[in-house]
Amino acid sequence: MNMGAHRATWQQACGAFASALLVAGCSGKQAALDPAGDQASTIGSLWTLMLWVCGVMYLLVLIFLAHALWKSRHALSSEPTTHGAQSSGERPLRMALSAWFGLIVGGLILLSLGSFFIDRSLASAQLDNALKIKITAAQWWWKVEYEGETPDKRVITANELRLPVGRPALLELHSEDVIHSFWIPNLGGKQDLIPGRVNSLLLTPRRAGEYRGQCAEFCGLQHAKMALDASVVAENEFESWRQQQLAPAPAPSTPEQVRGHEIFMSGPCVSCHQIVGTPAAGQTGPDLTHLASRRTIAAGARPYSFDALRDWLRDPHSIKPGNHMPQVQLSNSDLNALTSYLDSLK
Amino acid sequence: MYSRYLVSLLCLGCLVLSGCERETRAFHDEAPPSNDVSPTSFRAGGPPKPVAKNAQADEYERNAFHISEGKRYYEWYNCYSCHAAGGGDIGPPLMDDKWRYGGEIEQIFSSIVEGRPNGMPSFAGRIPEQQVWEIAAYVRSMAGNAAKDAVPSRGDEMKNTKPLTQIPHTPVRSEPPKVQR
Repeated sequence: MNMGAHRATWQQACGAFASALLVAGCSGKQAALDPAGDQASTIGSLWTLMLWVCGVMYLLVLIFLAHALWKSRHALSSEPTTHGAQSSGERPLRMALSAWFGLIVGGLILLSLGSFFIDRSLASAQLDNALKIKITAAQWWWKVEYEGETPDKRVITANELRLPVGRPALLELHSEDVIHSFWIPNLGGKQDLIPGRVNSLLLTPRRAGEYRGQCAEFCGLQHAKMALDASVVAENEFESWRQQQLAPAPAPSTPEQVRGHEIFMSGPCVSCHQIVGTPAAGQTGPDLTHLASRRTIAAGARPYSFDALRDWLRDPHSIKPGNHMPQVQLSNSDLNALTSYLDSLK
Repeated sequence: MYSRYLVSLLCLGCLVLSGCERETRAFHDEAPPSNDVSPTSFRAGGPPKPVAKNAQADEYERNAFHISEGKRYYEWYNCYSCHAAGGGDIGPPLMDDKWRYGGEIEQIFSSIVEGRPNGMPSFAGRIPEQQVWEIAAYVRSMAGNAAKDAVPSRGDEMKNTKPLTQIPHTPVRSEPPKVQR
């Protein structure tokens, strides 16, 4: 009696744990089954259709398999079910096979029609008032540029995408080196970024929140750490963020920040990075003008903090081994000064 | 008896493979600490002084990772603008055997870091040292002087020369600049 009770509670606990795991996969900031945008909902409905059709077929297969296994225990001694057109089992067998065939054809027609209509709705572009954003993928970071009415109103940032709720965003996808793939599961499907080709993707977010995207095509050593922070906010919040990003970098105020600014400008940093409002105009690496306002550093490798930034500057390869930023030897005081300066770039 | 042979053969194979330096990837800054080569090794008339070989620098020429990184930095730091893909443009070619300031890897390192007259900028402080060694190793490979198993046989860019694996070793004969008379 005790053993039985133990086993029952153990089974209940396992069942609860398993269902909690399953449900946890359904929602979150990087969940394709928790759509927060039109395109993701459309793809989600196709997924549900496929789940039901294939699930029903699978269930039928299991039922018939179980039936066959059960029947076979008694069938060896009796005569075979069918041996020719006159036997008793012939007509039911024919009816069952025809029904099975009809089910398969019907299921496939349903899936094909579903796929056709979903693809058609995804391809019909609703471009009125679309926000135009150019995304260039490099190994292993994302360059994000918001078009403005005039060229001087262009916002350049890195590894971060901010979108207003309810407004379609037309992303123009480029690549600098190898094939990458853009994927924010909550907002839409995947689209490759192919060097030498311009692809586009339309995202229409419907629910505010913070989401995470990721590169979905193997692109080298740090493909796994090439994430993208997507935030969907209200329209007025988006506008104020855009205005703040248009402002040039704040000048260094404390002596330590001034020293950090000097180190940045006289060292190898300017060869690759740009800080608007300073002489640094390197285009190879991410734009650092508002580095301290971002949620993560190094394309999602670490959440942003002073210590994470200092660890990165001390040795980028301790966080993302093999990435293209070289390690530059700095003394501890210089490292702190440089980190203070970059931390002031809000 | 056969299994013993097989096991010893496998052990030998593992030993041999572990000696492959071709693919070792050094991400951290492990550049040789100092480089004492300077252009005053050359004197008017007479042969140039022999170059003090830097043992650590040698491994850059034998390592595929360093050479391929050097190739990427060659493009990133815009060496193409003056030297093209090694054939030279407004700057001298890098794939022949004529070196005004020396063609050993230590001398190429000095040329990049110190700059040279008539237009070669000094990249001291702008390119970290490890990367300069990698660029120098790539420049050496353009003239055929890198280990043949460390260079790609098929490059990504268009070239009208043979693949790097088939370029013969060019002698590193250094000449002082010719005087116009």
